[in-house]
Amino acid sequence: MATTLTPAATERKETLPPSGIKLGSKLRRLNLPGGTAGWLWLAVTIVPIYYIVITSLKTQAGYFGQNPLAPPSSPTLENYKMVLEADFTRYFFNSVIITVGAVIPTLAVAFMASFAIVRGNGKFLKGVNALFLMGLAIPLQATIIPIYLMIIKMNLYDSLLAIILPSIAFAIPLSVLIMCNFIRDVPNELFESMRLDGCSEWQTMWRLALPLTKPAIVTVGIYNGLGVWNGFLLPLILTQSPELRVLPLGLWTFQGEFSVNIPAVLASVVLSTLPVVVLYIVGRRQLLSGLTAGFSK
Amino acid sequence: MAATVAPPQRRQRAPEISKGKTGSLGWLAVPALVFFIAFAIIPLAGVLVLSFTNWDGIGAITPAGIANWLSVFVDPGMYHALWLTFVVMIVSWLIQTPLSLLLGVFTAGSQKYRAILAVLYFLPLLLSSAAIAIAYKALLDPNFGLAAGLSMPILAQDWLGDPSLALGVVIFVIAWQFVPFHTLIYQGGVRQIPRSIYEAAEIDGAGRVKQFFFITVPQLKYTIITSSTLMTVGALTYFDLIFVLTAGGPGNATRILPLDMYLTGFRANLMGPASVIAVILVAIGLFLALFLQRLGGKDRTGSQLEGM
Repeated sequence: MATTLTPAATERKETLPPSGIKLGSKLRRLNLPGGTAGWLWLAVTIVPIYYIVITSLKTQAGYFGQNPLAPPSSPTLENYKMVLEADFTRYFFNSVIITVGAVIPTLAVAFMASFAIVRGNGKFLKGVNALFLMGLAIPLQATIIPIYLMIIKMNLYDSLLAIILPSIAFAIPLSVLIMCNFIRDVPNELFESMRLDGCSEWQTMWRLALPLTKPAIVTVGIYNGLGVWNGFLLPLILTQSPELRVLPLGLWTFQGEFSVNIPAVLASVVLSTLPVVVLYIVGRRQLLSGLTAGFSK
Repeated sequence: MAATVAPPQRRQRAPEISKGKTGSLGWLAVPALVFFIAFAIIPLAGVLVLSFTNWDGIGAITPAGIANWLSVFVDPGMYHALWLTFVVMIVSWLIQTPLSLLLGVFTAGSQKYRAILAVLYFLPLLLSSAAIAIAYKALLDPNFGLAAGLSMPILAQDWLGDPSLALGVVIFVIAWQFVPFHTLIYQGGVRQIPRSIYEAAEIDGAGRVKQFFFITVPQLKYTIITSSTLMTVGALTYFDLIFVLTAGGPGNATRILPLDMYLTGFRANLMGPASVIAVILVAIGLFLALFLQRLGGKDRTGSQLEGM
C-alpha cells in the first residue's frame, strides 16, 4: 500500500542516478542548507545517545576521572547487573503487560470502527468519525483528574488495568484516522467483487480489508505500543505500589534512589530503551511508511 | 492530475454500494465508541463538573460554585504558567517547523545515506520522556557532562539551576525529542509532491530556492498544518519530560500549565482548581486545532485528494 502512496519517490529513484549529472548536481546544490542542517542535527541526535551508552559502561571511578565523551577505559557491565537485580525485570514485565493489554484491543476496536466509517454511511457513523477527529485535540492530561476519580470508583486504582483502559481510549482517535486513510485506498472494485461473490460485510472486513490494512495495523500497533511503553502520567497517577511500577516510573524512582551513581542510572535508561530499539529495527520500514501515509495526507 | 477525476467517481458509486448498510455496519464502531466515551468524553465532561467542586483527592466531593474559577483567575501563578506554556509552544514551533521542514526535504532525497540519516534521526522518539530527562540531567552536568567532554567552558553552565536558562533547556530537549517525528512527517509529504511540477518549473527556469518557496512549501500546506497542530496541541501535554527534568523549577521557571495542573491537583490536593486549569487546557487545545483546521480550508480530505 505504502508504495502506491509514494509514486513520486519511486519515480525519482529510477530517474535520478542514470538520467544524468545535470539534475543530480542541481539537487546537491539545493540541499546545501538542508545538508548542513542534516549533518548538524545528526550530531545533535547522536552525541547524547553516545554519551548515555558509553557512560553506562563506565565504573564510578571512570565516570569521575575520564573525559565524559571518551569511551570507557575499562568497560564494565556491573551497572547493568545492578539494575537487573533492582527489580528491573518486574518493571519490564509490567510494561509488557500494559503495552500488549492496551495495543491489541485498540487495534481490534479501531479496525472495526475504521471499516465501518469508510464502508458504511449514515449520520451515526459520520458522528462517530467527527467525534474521533475531535478527540485528536483532547489532551490526556486535561482529563486525568476525572479518570483518577473514575478508576477509584471502579475499584481499579493501583492495578495495571487502570493504566490499560484509558490508554486504549486515547489511542483510538489516531488509530482510526490512520486506518481509515488506508482502507479508503482499497479500490472500490475489490469490495464490489467481494459483494458479488456473496460475502457479507463482516466477511469482507476480515478477508479483504484486514489483509490490505495490515501495514496500517502494524504501524498503529508500533506507534501506540511506543506510546504506552513510554507512558508516564497514567502509571504515576493511577498506581502506587512498587510492584506495579512500569519502566518509565521505575526509571524515575531508580534515579531518585541512585542519583549518585550516574552510570547505573544511565544503564537503566539503556535497558528500558533496548526492547523498543530491537522492535524498531524489526518493524522500521513498516512503521515509517505507515506513519508517512497516515500523517501527510 | 488524473486523480482529480477519480474522487467524484468514487463518491458517486459509494452510496449505491453501501446503501442500506448503515444499520449493519454502525455496530462495528460501537466498541471503539464505548471505550472512547467512557475514558475520554465522560472525563472531559467530568473535568468541567469537577471544576465547580471541592475535592482533596480522597475525601468527599462538595459543591463549590464558581469559587475555584475565581481563585484560579486571580492567581498570578496561573497566568505565569499560561504565559510559559505559550512561550514553550511558540518558540518550539518557531524552532521545530523550519528545522524539520528543511530536514524533511533533505531526507526525502533518494541517496542511500539520507535514508540512513532518517533512521538515526528517529532514535530519540524511541526513548521515553523520563529516560530523556534523566539522560539530559547527566549530560548537562557542568563537570561530568557534555561541557567537560567537549572542553567548552561556555557550555559549563548551571543549565537547570538558572531560571533564565532552564526554560531554554526545556525547549531544546523538546526539540531534540520531537524534531525527528516532524521530519518524518515532512519527508512523507515531500515524497507525495508530483515530480512533474518540479520539472515544469525547471523548464521555466526557476532556481532551487524558488522551487522550494513556490512549489515545496505551498504543496506541503496540509502537512504543515498537520505537523503544526500536533506540535502546538502537543505543547499542552508536555508533562513527563519537564516533571522529571526540572519538576517546574527552579522556582516556577518551567512550570507550564499541564505541570501546574498536576502539582495543584496531586501535590497540593486541590482537585477543584486543578480541574479549572484542565478545562483551560482543553479549551486552548480545541481552539488551536479548530483554528489550524480553518487555515487549511474546510473539507480537508476532499481538497487533498483533489490536490494530489
